Amino acid sequence: MIATIADWLGAGCLVAGALLGLAAAIGVLRFPDALSRMHAATKPQVLGVLLLLLGIALRLRSPADLGMIALVAVFQLATAPVAAQMIGRAAYRSGRLDRSLLDADELAERGSGGGSAG
Amino acid sequence: MTGSPPTAVTSGGSEASRGRFGRWRDQAVALGWLVVVWNLLWGDINWANLVGGLLVGGAVLVFFPLPAVSFGGRLRPWALLVFASRFAAELVSASLHIARIAVQPGYRPRGAIIAVRLRVSTDLNLALTAEAVSLVPGTLILEVDRDSGTLYLHVLDTHAPTDLDVARERTLAVERRILRTVGSTAELRQLDVSAPEKGTRP
Repeated sequence: MIATIADWLGAGCLVAGALLGLAAAIGVLRFPDALSRMHAATKPQVLGVLLLLLGIALRLRSPADLGMIALVAVFQLATAPVAAQMIGRAAYRSGRLDRSLLDADELAERGSGGGSAG
Repeated sequence: MTGSPPTAVTSGGSEASRGRFGRWRDQAVALGWLVVVWNLLWGDINWANLVGGLLVGGAVLVFFPLPAVSFGGRLRPWALLVFASRFAAELVSASLHIARIAVQPGYRPRGAIIAVRLRVSTDLNLALTAEAVSLVPGTLILEVDRDSGTLYLHVLDTHAPTDLDVARERTLAVERRILRTVGSTAELRQLDVSAPEKGTRP
């Protein structure tokens, strides 16, 4: 009984994670500039991967696999922002962004004005 | 995170008094974590894996030393729970939001780059806040100014200048929840004097 419920929950998580991955892929394709694409490439993928891992965990249910899955989740959470920041920073510095889509750019003011944050 | 050279932690305060013992304790915690990772990677826990983990972990700590991180306070379980549940809620709602604007036909999201100066600029707080903020969809860290403790964020799908203030407040709220979880009492006091409590719902 419990095994059946876990199987179905796992299946639901796998489908939801896969759908988020699909949305991320569409976003990468459709968003206008490099910075917005980074949002699509890194972010739904975080929840998507977590849901996929949860789905796998609910279906496998053995301690060794659970440990490995927990490790994958931890490293995913720890490394995704680093990769996103490195690519975002490179995109900004090399000017690969569409300024007509920006409402504000407080990073550009840093050199002259300094910290305008509140 | 930036390429700036390591500088002294500005407002740790207590690490001088903790001194050598604190450094050893941090190393022991790191070693324990590496041993756990090693055992999880092998898939089971036995003596061979424990000894192997100790050897590999020790080698990692000796050959790839990291700058010391000032961890002044202690972990508060309740605050950790609050942080984790709010983080999960924001992760889900923001992921759905980005997924929706990704598939919405003919929609071109606008964005903005904002600077958020954190109230406590210790390395640990800066790193944890940057991690938590950039894991939540819709905000992307572009640059980190370590000296002043400033994060430069790209915010996706802004419509009005008020959206920028909302994003700023949300970042500061993340910082507050992190400091409530791991911050020292001095850092918490710094937090209280510099900003009143505010609603953070977008």
